[in-house]
Amino acid sequence: MSSILVLVEHRQGAVRDVTFEMLTAARKLGAGSVEAVLMAENCDVLAPSITPHANKVVCVSGPAFKEFSYEPYQKALVKLIGEKKPSAVLIANSAFGTDLGPSLAVALNAGLVSDAVAFTEADSGFSVSRGMYAGKLVADWAMPSEPAIIMVRQSNFKPEPASLGGAVEKWDAGDVASGAKTKFISLEEVPTTGIDIAKASIVVGIGRGIKEAKNMPLVQEFAQDIGAVLAASRPVVDAGWLPKEVQVGSSGKTIKPKLYIALGISGAFQHIAGMKGADTIIAVNKDPKAPIFSVAHYGIVDDLHKVVPALRTKIKEMKS
Amino acid sequence: MEIAVCLKRVPDTAEADVKVDASGKDIVRDKLAFTINEADNYALEEALLAREKHNANVTLVSVGAKESEEVLRMGLAKGAAAAARIDSASLGDTDGIGIARVLAAWFRDKKFDLIFTGCIASDDGNSQVGPALAELLGMPHASYVTKLDIQAGKITVKRELEGGFLEVKELSTPCVVTIQTGGNTPRYASIMGIKRAGAKPIEQAVGKQGQPPAGTVPVFPHLIKVYVPEVVGAAQMIEGTLDEKAGKMAALLKEKGAV
Ligand SMILES: Cc1cc2nc3c(=O)[nH]c(=O)nc-3n(C[C@H](O)[C@H](O)[C@H](O)COP(=O)(O)OP(=O)(O)OC[C@H]3O[C@@H](n4cnc5c(N)ncnc54)[C@H](O)[C@@H]3O)c2cc1C
Ligand SMILES: Nc1ncnc2c1ncn2[C@@H]1O[C@H](COP(=O)(O)O)[C@@H](O)[C@H]1O
Repeated sequence: MSSILVLVEHRQGAVRDVTFEMLTAARKLGAGSVEAVLMAENCDVLAPSITPHANKVVCVSGPAFKEFSYEPYQKALVKLIGEKKPSAVLIANSAFGTDLGPSLAVALNAGLVSDAVAFTEADSGFSVSRGMYAGKLVADWAMPSEPAIIMVRQSNFKPEPASLGGAVEKWDAGDVASGAKTKFISLEEVPTTGIDIAKASIVVGIGRGIKEAKNMPLVQEFAQDIGAVLAASRPVVDAGWLPKEVQVGSSGKTIKPKLYIALGISGAFQHIAGMKGADTIIAVNKDPKAPIFSVAHYGIVDDLHKVVPALRTKIKEMKS
Repeated sequence: MEIAVCLKRVPDTAEADVKVDASGKDIVRDKLAFTINEADNYALEEALLAREKHNANVTLVSVGAKESEEVLRMGLAKGAAAAARIDSASLGDTDGIGIARVLAAWFRDKKFDLIFTGCIASDDGNSQVGPALAELLGMPHASYVTKLDIQAGKITVKRELEGGFLEVKELSTPCVVTIQTGGNTPRYASIMGIKRAGAKPIEQAVGKQGQPPAGTVPVFPHLIKVYVPEVVGAAQMIEGTLDEKAGKMAALLKEKGAV
């Protein structure tokens, strides 16, 4: 029977959530035995947290696997996939996974589809759905050849509990370190120096719809009116209009405020990943088809540069 | 030092109504504005900074139709020395790895110390081309790079990971680096630069994916269709005139304890 390999992603000694999301999705496929591939300095430490979720845990230990680095991972996976001949390999569409997936696919001469949001077994191989144009479209791809390398979007599948109690299989990767052209040096954490947006109960998120730096005072004053903290999507931070520590999203902060007001934010999944846990989400966007309206509870289709001043007037009237 | 930058011309769809065309596999493009892919603009800037700091030559390359020359001209106007367009007419549907094969066929007989790509194309969102290209050329790679320090025979990069972490890594050159947005401030082209760029030649190449690797030929992934996603659990829309909408939203903010 063919198997589905799921690459365990871990960082600083902890298995990342996306691993359990992928294992859940793999189990639901019902296409074969679900085998988690755990590569770590000493995989005995993390294996017990994985065994309930998989039919088998392939345990690969070695100093080269201490950090997630594509070179040793790729060398080991080329050999392992060659031996196991799985029908699919699931890898997180994360900063780590996307550093590995495309070069692994080339090395294996295998097909790869990135940023998968749904996948099913087809008559031949797999059928995979993925987002395009920042979520405005979905594309369906056929992956007829095995192994199908599927890069799975993070925070997309809901992880579910399981009690498979999979066996642990030790697997020796051999020499994966010699001839390395890359070297891991260190991990750095970007410190929070000012306001921690994760602690605020009302957050106003500013997106590229703000257009220019000179429009920032308008939203700053609005945030003050309602006792909110100002946060932003990535482009606003990239432009230097607000500091990195107030960026909401997968490469910024994850926040769960009581109220999140998104102004001029399209709702790319990398942004949504950081704010979908808010109790109430209100979005203002001039594009009625902006993906943000599919996660928001309330929406206004209009120009934020008109809505915000009008709103401030109404709030002033209410207060007086 | 020789640096190449891969540039893609993409439609600006953030505010546009994206419609599927008759083929069911592409979007209607004739009413859209096109620009340089956002991350590529940062990749270009990184190369131009290296040009100034390390006296590097910057060469641009784009796979696409004739119009792709717009982004090449823009890069030339900012200071790149040369540009090539690889025609995509005969390629058909390609995924990121397919584009990487086309680029690799062009790069194979050339010598670059560094190849920059953007970390992701805003249209297809593949995040595949850079690392796949590196593997095809037998070079190491690093993706999602926001900081880069060039030394003799090696570079040190900072890769952006989820949740505000940076991974510091060393790579030997030649190598491929995919640049994430935000690490620099892309410059604007000067009027003089634009004038000069208009006269520069653009190398024309024909796109080919190269020979399929030896052994069994796999059937690579192929696109079946594209469609507008079903909206689930959509927002309750606040309707009316501007004044009415503002009034209703103010009342909502009051209800939620913000006023
Ligand atoms: C690895 C990676 C990590 C990332 N991490 C993050 C992250 O942590 N956080 C993040 O936010 N992004 C992140 N991104 C970027 C993400 O993919 C999107 O590009 C980004 O979220 C888009 O920001 P935006 O919505 O502000 O801009 P756009 O997508 O450009 O949208 C602007 C919106 O404003 C609307 N608009 C324009 N003018 C007006 C107006 N006058 N009034 C009202 N509405 C208006 C438009 O209709 C549009 O919907 C990441 C990307 C990658 C590749
Ligand atoms: N047609 C193309 N021509 C030149 N470079 C490209 C092309 N497509 C993608 N790239 C490069 O590869 C990067 C990642 O693209 P993708 O893998 O499609 O997300 C882009 O940011 C570009 O630098």
